[in-house]
Amino acid sequence: MSEIKNAPTIDGFFDEFGGRFIPETLVPACEELEEAFKESWADVEFRATLDNLLANFAGRPTPITQAKTLSTELGCELILKREDLNHTGSHKINNVLGQALLAVKMGKNRIIAETGAGQHGVATATAAAVFGLECVVYMGEVDMMRQELNVFRMELLGAEVIPVKTGSKTLKDAINEALRDWVTNVKNTHYCLGSVMGPHPYPMMVRELQSIIGKESKIQCQEQFGRLPDIVVACVGGGSNAIGIFSEFLDIPDVELVGVEPAGGASLTKGDPGVLHGSMTQLLQDEWGQVLEAKSISAGLDYPGVGPEHAALAASKRARYVNVTDEEVISAFQLMTQKEGIIPALEPAHGLAYIVKDLEAKNSAFKNKMVLLNLSGRGDKDVDQMMEHLKCLKI
Amino acid sequence: MLKNLEVELKQKCQNGQKLLVPFITGGIQGWEETLQAFEDVGADAVEVGIPFSDAVMDGPIICEANDIALSAGTTPDNIFKKVAELKLKVPVIAMTYYNIAYRRGLANFSADLKTYSFSGGILADMPFEASSNWLEAGRQAEIATILLAAPTASDDRLERIATSSTGFVYAVGLLGVTGEQETLATSATEIAKRLKQVTDTPVLVGVGISTPEQAAKAVEVADGVIVGSVLVKKLLANKSPKKTAKLLAEFKKALN
Ligand SMILES: Cc1ncc(COP(=O)(O)O)c(C=O)c1O
Repeated sequence: MSEIKNAPTIDGFFDEFGGRFIPETLVPACEELEEAFKESWADVEFRATLDNLLANFAGRPTPITQAKTLSTELGCELILKREDLNHTGSHKINNVLGQALLAVKMGKNRIIAETGAGQHGVATATAAAVFGLECVVYMGEVDMMRQELNVFRMELLGAEVIPVKTGSKTLKDAINEALRDWVTNVKNTHYCLGSVMGPHPYPMMVRELQSIIGKESKIQCQEQFGRLPDIVVACVGGGSNAIGIFSEFLDIPDVELVGVEPAGGASLTKGDPGVLHGSMTQLLQDEWGQVLEAKSISAGLDYPGVGPEHAALAASKRARYVNVTDEEVISAFQLMTQKEGIIPALEPAHGLAYIVKDLEAKNSAFKNKMVLLNLSGRGDKDVDQMMEHLKCLKI
Repeated sequence: MLKNLEVELKQKCQNGQKLLVPFITGGIQGWEETLQAFEDVGADAVEVGIPFSDAVMDGPIICEANDIALSAGTTPDNIFKKVAELKLKVPVIAMTYYNIAYRRGLANFSADLKTYSFSGGILADMPFEASSNWLEAGRQAEIATILLAAPTASDDRLERIATSSTGFVYAVGLLGVTGEQETLATSATEIAKRLKQVTDTPVLVGVGISTPEQAAKAVEVADGVIVGSVLVKKLLANKSPKKTAKLLAEFKKALN
C-alpha cells in the first residue's frame, strides 16, 4: 500500500490552512470521496488503470525540453516540463482522468466542473465522453468571451456549458455555481474540481493526481542532466500544476520552489487568511471579509484564493511566491514563441515572465542556475486573445 | 434583558403554537421597515441576512439581494447598528457565511451580535466538524448558535448536530440552495421527523418553503418554518415592507 506523503491532518489541514468549510449537505459526499480516493490510491488495479489511461490516452510521460536559445540569452539553464503536450493541451487531464475513474467507481453518472480558461472544462468534457458520463461545465460569462474556442470544444465533446452571470463572472463565480449544483444534485453527481482547492479531500487528492508531473521531471532531470534542478518554477492559480511539480521536491531542501501569481490575483503576497470555496486559505478580501475580484489577462489564474497547501508552504517559507504583471506576461509569451518555437498558454508564461524579470535584476537568484519551468499548457486557446491584444498595440 | 431564544421558542411550542421565522437580506431597500412589519404580523423571530460575496447556499433571489446590498455599500456594521436601533421585541437572528464572522474574529463577531441585540447567529457554510470554535464563541457571548442539519446526514450525525445546536435546529428541507419551489419536497417532513426523534430543541424547516400551504404541511411534523426567498423576492419587486409583511401574514394564518 502506498502511503500518502505530506498528507494533511485527518480534518484536511496543512498547518492552519485547508479543512472542510462547506454546507452541511455536502459533508457525506466529501467523506465518500475521501474514502473512495484513499482506497483507490492504494489499489494496484486502480493505479494500473489510471496509468494506462495516462500513457495511452493522455500521452504521458511528457518530455522535458532544454530551452537552448533562452538559456543562452537569459543566462541560466532553462528546462521546460512539457505539460503542453498532453492530450487536451494542459496538465488538467492528469487530475480529471483520476477523478472520472473515481466518479465511475462511486456510481455517479453525472460530472460537473468549473472552468476559467476552459482547459479544465475541456479535460472534464473529454473524460466524460470517454466514460459516458453526463457533463455540465460552469463558466463565467467574461471567461466565455475570452475563451470562445474552448467553449465550442466543450460543446463538441457533448458537455453543456452554463454561463455564470453572478459576481465577477469569472472562475470564482463558476465555482460558486458548481457548488450550488452539487448541493442540489449530490446524489448522482461528482464535482470534478479542477485545482488543489476546495474542501478536504480535494487539495490532497488533486495534488496526488498531479504529482506525476514532479515524479517524471525528477527522473528525467537525473537521467538527462545527471542532477536535480536548482529551482523549480510554476504559475499558481488554484495551484495544481505548481503543487504537482513541487510535490516531488518538497523533501529536498536544496531545490528552491517558486510559485508565480498574476499581480492582480496575488493572494499569497497580498491576501489574508479567510474561508472561500471550502477551505481556509490566503484570500484577497476587503476589511469585512467580502472576497475581492482578481484581475488578470489569464482566465486560468483569475482567482482571489489559492490552494491551502500553498498557503502553508508560503507560511513555512518552503516555497517562495512572487508575482508578475500582464505586460510582463505578454512579453514572455512572445519570447517563448519566438525563441523556442513553443506557443505557451498565458498561465505558464507567468513563470517565464518571472524568470526573465529575475535575471534582469541586479541580485538575480536564477543566474547560471538550472531552472525547471512547468510549461503547464499550450497557447492555442490564447491565440485569439493575443491577436486582438497585439493588433490593438500596433494601431 | 433579552430572553434566551431557545427558552422563548420552546415556551411557544409548549403552548401548541407553530413557529414562523421570516428572513430578509440586510441592506436592500426597505429591509428595516420590513423587519418591524414582520413583527407586527406575528413573526416569532426574524432572520437578517448579512450579505456575503460568495453565498454558495443561496439561489438566484437571495444572491441578487446580496449583490444589490453589497453594491449599495452594506457592511456588517451598518446592519448591526440599524438592528439595534429598531429595538424589536421579537428575537433577531443573523444569517451569514463563515468568512464574515471569521474576518472579525469569531469571538468578536458573537460579542458584537450580542451588543447589537441579536439573539443568535447562523453560518450557512459551516459543517458540524468546523463548528466547535463558533459554538464556544456563542456560549461566551450568550447568543444562540443555530446549526444546519441536512437530509444527507446519517441518523448519528443528525443527533450530534441537534445536541450541539442552540436556539433551534435548522432543518434544511431539500437537497439544494435557497429559492422558490413549486411543491414541498418530501425530504422536508422526513428530516423534521428524524430530528424530532432525537431532540427536544425546536426543529424549524427552512430552504424550499415557498407557499402558506407548504408551510402548513411542513409543520404537521416540524415545530416551525423559516421563509426567505419569496419574501425577499416580494420586497425586491415592489419595495413595499407592508405588502411583504402581508404575504407573511398569509403564512401566519396557514400555520395556526
Ligand atoms: C495551462 C494552465 N496552467 C495553469 C492553470 C492554473 O491552474 P492551477 O494553478 O491549478 O495549475 C490553468 C487553469 O486553467 C491552465 O489552463
